[in-house]
Amino acid sequence: MSGQNKHAHTIVGPRVYVAILFALLLGTALTVWASYVDLGFWNPIIALAIATGKAMLVVLFFMHVWYSTKLTKLTVVAGVFTFMILISMTLTDYISRAWGSW
Amino acid sequence: MQNSQIHAANSAPLAHEEHPSYLRHHFNSTEQQADAAGFAMWLFLLTEVMFFGGLFTAYLVYRNWYYPAFVSGSHQLNVVWGTTNTAVLILSSFTMAMGVWCAQTRRRRGLVLCLALTFFLGLVFLGIKTVEYREKIEKHHVPGFHYSLQSFLDPQSDPEVYKEYHDKALVPDMARHTELYFSLYFLMTGMHALHMIIGIGILGFMILRARAGAYTAGHETFVVNFGLYWHFIDIIWIYLFALLYLISRH
Amino acid sequence: MSAGTIVTLPDQSTARIPKMNFLTKENGLLSWLLTGDHKRIATLYLISITFFFFIGGALAGLIRLELLTPQTSLMAADTYNKVFTMHGIIMIFFFLVPSVPATLGNFFIPMMIGAKDLALPKINLLSWYLYMAGGLLALYTMMIGGVDTGWTFTTPLSTHYVNTNVLTTGLAVFIAGFSSILTGLNFIVTIHKMRAPGMTWFRLPLFIWAHYAASILMVLATPVVAIAIVLVALERTLGIGVFDPTKGGDPLLFQHLFWFYSHPAVYIMILPGMGVISEVISTFSRKRVFGYTAVAFSSVAIAVFGFFVWAHHMFIMGISNYAVLVFSLLTMLVAVPSAIKIFNWTFTLYKGSITFETPMLYAFGFMGLFTIGGMTGVFLGSSGTDIHLTETYFIVAHFHFVMVGGMLMAFLAGIHFWWPKMTGRMYPEKISQLAAVVTFIGFNLTFFPQFILGMLGMPRRYASYPPEFQILNVFSTAGATILGVGYLLPVLYLIWSLKYGAIAGDNPWQATGLEWQTQSPPLTENFAVMPVMDHEAYDYEWLEKQQKEQGVASAE
Ligand code: HEM
Ligand SMILES: [Cu+2]
Repeated sequence: MSGQNKHAHTIVGPRVYVAILFALLLGTALTVWASYVDLGFWNPIIALAIATGKAMLVVLFFMHVWYSTKLTKLTVVAGVFTFMILISMTLTDYISRAWGSW
Repeated sequence: MQNSQIHAANSAPLAHEEHPSYLRHHFNSTEQQADAAGFAMWLFLLTEVMFFGGLFTAYLVYRNWYYPAFVSGSHQLNVVWGTTNTAVLILSSFTMAMGVWCAQTRRRRGLVLCLALTFFLGLVFLGIKTVEYREKIEKHHVPGFHYSLQSFLDPQSDPEVYKEYHDKALVPDMARHTELYFSLYFLMTGMHALHMIIGIGILGFMILRARAGAYTAGHETFVVNFGLYWHFIDIIWIYLFALLYLISRH
Repeated sequence: MSAGTIVTLPDQSTARIPKMNFLTKENGLLSWLLTGDHKRIATLYLISITFFFFIGGALAGLIRLELLTPQTSLMAADTYNKVFTMHGIIMIFFFLVPSVPATLGNFFIPMMIGAKDLALPKINLLSWYLYMAGGLLALYTMMIGGVDTGWTFTTPLSTHYVNTNVLTTGLAVFIAGFSSILTGLNFIVTIHKMRAPGMTWFRLPLFIWAHYAASILMVLATPVVAIAIVLVALERTLGIGVFDPTKGGDPLLFQHLFWFYSHPAVYIMILPGMGVISEVISTFSRKRVFGYTAVAFSSVAIAVFGFFVWAHHMFIMGISNYAVLVFSLLTMLVAVPSAIKIFNWTFTLYKGSITFETPMLYAFGFMGLFTIGGMTGVFLGSSGTDIHLTETYFIVAHFHFVMVGGMLMAFLAGIHFWWPKMTGRMYPEKISQLAAVVTFIGFNLTFFPQFILGMLGMPRRYASYPPEFQILNVFSTAGATILGVGYLLPVLYLIWSLKYGAIAGDNPWQATGLEWQTQSPPLTENFAVMPVMDHEAYDYEWLEKQQKEQGVASAE
């Protein structure tokens, strides 16, 4: 709305960006390494966890969500939420199809 | 009864002090204009999330059903290329973020440099992708185009991959589902590459405008919002890399 | 105020349509085709969706004519398949989805929140062009032979068995989908960022809340149908296998993706209509909507719950029995917020000063028919009864009660309600009331027998049926004829009224919304001075006070 004339956007500087860059590269190395180790059941979970960690760094810092308004944060959460509904509710069908036949 | 002007008495002050040329008529302030554009960009990204969501759902369903086929299929992808590309894309996200910073702090040359680097890294990514696609075409791993099961029915016929992973032969019924894996591989990476191509096109346009100083005079919205788009593509790739390349390498 | 009506018109001998307004601002075709003005774009939409409505309506006429007799007498069975498919596609994607939002929403959202325009005028125009491109492509498809998959594009029928134009139709729907996404996106941004000073969330008219909820659905659900259509196209052309059982794919996956959109889409179709009804009921009973907050939040609740129930369209398709159980339970939940709305509107009427202008008649029609439609939805949502009722005429009756009895009634209510604001002229009241009654009678005669037909077991989507069903089908076709007259009438008298209608003045209904506080038709930037909202929504006392002060001021 009008009225708020203050410049609300924080400018994120190079230092943060460099730190995130290295964290992301580290995460990439880590996830490649992890995929070569046999962790059985945990392999995909770790791969997705690391990917999610990386994605969060990108969203929060490269995309400035950490410094943004509640509205932006809520928008991101809404997206993730709906995405999860699509996937999880669809999978409820696939996972349980073979359970006992009625 | 005419009451169209009933608000005249208590209406808000209409005009703001300064009216930069880029302030569109229906906004009250540049703040409001930038806010609206940024929010719209985020909503657009939500639609993108859901668009890819359909593909991720398909991937998860078939990966659960045909896990061995997906493992063998993923061994056909080259981890070195994949990792390199991930690094390239992360780097390009970094240069893009720096570009945004340059625009916000009104560094014209810095902005042009950052955008050019992002542009270049984007092309490198697509170049590597092309090399990978070529490999698949040569091995007849493109679904629908004389798809060949040989690497999966007889892994030793594919020595390069075999010496690394020693995959056992899949039974024919499972082997044929590698085609589904490659369908999803091409769909997901192809859709991703399409977004890259569009992004690179826009980057080219932005570089020209940035050289003319368009984004370093207080109106950096376009750069900021494009940055969001570019980072989003990066995020999609982060997941594609984990899901398509790294299913299981041991 | 005379009894029986609240209409207050200016003195007709002196009143004039304001010389400066959004229609007269610029002239020439280009000033329309390149406009950024939300009111002009809404007008473009109004003309185009009316066009598509009558195409879809003509196809409906053909369907009803064929079903007059038990045999396939009028057309071959596969022609019949194409006719009902194109009817469904045109009515859903090119009429109902954009109907209220793209016309009334486009026109009035900025005005109701006190803004000069939508936040993204160019995107708004783009969305109209996309809509037209999709619509014309759909028409082209019809010319070159049409498509016969049903509007649901069900796999593997659409991917493997039919030889008709699935690709062009799919592309048309894909494009129309993006038009709808852009409209929704624009609305959300506008409602968040463009509200006038003092216009807090809980002062927003309920029309805005309803559009906000519908917009969320457009933005989040539509992309999923887009990707589903892309996959169908690739399956048909390249045989990628994702929906092909012979390659290990699962045709049901398509249905999951399709209904993930298409269930929320039914709320895209009804929520904006509910918004209209809230405005109309309040205005014509001179009361604030009862339980404003509950009605506002029920819109959002419908949007959220709407994402959790899609598999109720797949109960008998072969999904897991456990999933059926879960989705059946969740479906019961989604009926609750709809019921909240109906109850609150009813309470609004209680002790209100009700008058029976045309919009109110349509609103009454909506309340009754939507209630029946929603309740039968609950029947269908119960997994047990659904097995008997699914794929019969019961479903056809269910969704026509909500979509035609609900949304189309709401659309007509809204068009009549805001016609004076859009054009500056009143529609002729008596004949419109007649049309509303004719529509109601025609509607019930058409679709009520279909509930019975469905219960008796007549399947949908067949050109012929056993002779014992003929009587009810004859009723239905007769009703459709009456309904057709009911829809033709408004077109005629509304066009007539553009020239001969009484001058409406700013606020013929004595309504409270900001859109009524400016001239009719409005200026290009809507308000002469930026409005400030200093009262709650539907505050009729505020309005009276304002008018008294005005009277005093002009008398001095
Ligand atoms: C109020 C709550 C509602 C409930 C509980 C409900 C429930 C259902 C169920 C369970 C079905 C599936 C029947 C079957 O395939 O066997 C169905 C079909 C349908 N509903 Fe509803 N519904 C509701 C409201 C609406 C509304 C508001 C609309 C549209 C404005 C709508 C439009 C449709 C359509 C178009 C179909 C048929 C789809 C097809 O062609 O197969 N429904 N409904
Ligand atoms: Cu549904």
